[in-house]
Amino acid sequence: MSGLSWDQMQELMWPATQETFQMVGVATVCTVLVGLPIGVLLVLTSKGGALQNQPVNKVLGAVVNLARSLPFIILMIALISFTRWLTGNSLGWQAATVPLTVGAIPFFARLVETSVREVDRGLIEAVQAMGGSTWTLVRKTLVPEALPGIVASVTTTVIALIGYSAMAGTVGGGGLGDLAYRYGYLRFETAFMWIIVAEIAIIVTVIQLAGDLAVRRLANRGRGGGRTRLLRPRASAPAPDEDLVAS
Amino acid sequence: MITTTDLTKVYRSRGREVTALAGVDLHVRPGEVYGVVGTSGAGKSTLIRCVNMLERPTSGTVTVDGVELTALSGGENRAGKDLREARRRIGMVFQHFNLLSSRTVQQNVELPLEIIGLDRTQRRRKAAELLDLVGLGDKARSYPNQLSGGQKQRVGIARALAGDPKVLLSDEATSALDPETTRSILKLLRDLNQQLGLTVLLITHEMDVIKSVCDSAALMRGGRVVESGELTDLLAEPGSELARELFPLSEFGTGHPGTTVLEITFQGDTPAQPFVSQLARTYQIDINILGAAVETIAGRMVGRMRVELPGGHQDNVVPIGYLREQGLQVDVIGTANGAAA
Repeated sequence: MSGLSWDQMQELMWPATQETFQMVGVATVCTVLVGLPIGVLLVLTSKGGALQNQPVNKVLGAVVNLARSLPFIILMIALISFTRWLTGNSLGWQAATVPLTVGAIPFFARLVETSVREVDRGLIEAVQAMGGSTWTLVRKTLVPEALPGIVASVTTTVIALIGYSAMAGTVGGGGLGDLAYRYGYLRFETAFMWIIVAEIAIIVTVIQLAGDLAVRRLANRGRGGGRTRLLRPRASAPAPDEDLVAS
Repeated sequence: MITTTDLTKVYRSRGREVTALAGVDLHVRPGEVYGVVGTSGAGKSTLIRCVNMLERPTSGTVTVDGVELTALSGGENRAGKDLREARRRIGMVFQHFNLLSSRTVQQNVELPLEIIGLDRTQRRRKAAELLDLVGLGDKARSYPNQLSGGQKQRVGIARALAGDPKVLLSDEATSALDPETTRSILKLLRDLNQQLGLTVLLITHEMDVIKSVCDSAALMRGGRVVESGELTDLLAEPGSELARELFPLSEFGTGHPGTTVLEITFQGDTPAQPFVSQLARTYQIDINILGAAVETIAGRMVGRMRVELPGGHQDNVVPIGYLREQGLQVDVIGTANGAAA
């Protein structure tokens, strides 16, 4: 039987929940701010892109892949001195935000890259034909047209960050994952652990539903909505009947 | 208005070279509708994309409204400032419309205006004008997904006209549309051409498009223009491939052995003369009509008739001469001894 009363549990859960939200919230904002441009840049610098540049593309891709290969726990430890330099502290939720962000940026950037790459080439040509600059292309076409995919990527990233934040907790980041580990696992408060897991599950579900709803709203602009289209890839236009495609 | 000289485009990939354009000279005069026709792979799509530098030609020059676009800097995907400026005065419509699904119809039309840098009120006013012009004034707040193909193309045309271009490029604009919608879109293009004095360069694989809207046409094959000119001239040109394609009589009979088969083409009011009966009466010959058709091409009535006269070519020199004197174009397409005019 649990040694903790419901009141005690609540007292512990409330600040932990706040910490989780703070960590994930700040990390998400930073991830989007940095990851979105990287994702777009990966598309623009690739072959046939508006800023085609193989060296930049290769280096950027390699850095992203390297960062994605590092296990999060190692990344976190490796970044301790950087974190301390940046936040003045290597403990606490603020400090945990740094490795969370660094870990999520390449993940998010790849997701963004995939979404942006799916924007119909014809739209890009249309903007170029009307005399738009690369910046116009990004701002008025690539990002708005890829927005449903980008929002879905944000949802996935937030949920991944909630998972990572549990690990961040073990190095003093706090948060729900840490609470479940310390009380539930180390102190055998199994019931408490499951309550926390249930809370995390509820948070994840709510975020997923909210994200899906936003994606559906965006993807169905002018389509009158409809449950069946939920997260299904949009039917792409038939392959243009081109005379000659550079092969 | 649009001139290309010795335009070539070669695609290179892994040591393989594909020549899409092999020296194309095109001359589109101000205010005309010029059609480039050809089968898939003829290079017509590459040609129109070279006109606004969506594809950089390998060599040759492109001049649009006095500006030599080939001299302006910028790659295919990243245009320099001057080229972007020049492109704003060249409208383009696409086979698959290429409208932004994230924007309403009005916002789609406003996009080029945003690029030009008009303020919100000016953009609104201009977009409303353009949508009225293409007959979609009531669809401003709809999204492209709520429109039919023909309506989408009208939005595409309104968008292409936003920068007050002097030139409109149409890349298979009607190829994804049904025949009836195709007719209404072509009529719109023709109306815009006449109302706004817009020069239109269109590419198509459908002869019907050339027939119904074009003043001039070019036939492309294997990256070259094999024939070009004003339709009325082409029709009057013996052995013109375009004329034959525009006005095919091939399904008609080719006559019997020992006879001469003539193809008679007449334009304007020539058919008012009863030349067939006059010919029969004057020369006492029996004329067998193998086939005939009358069509309106480039706004003019054009008729073509295939007739069979008894006897070989030599026997019919005088009647043929008589027909030619009447202002008719006569092609001898087959005789008993194989002679041809």
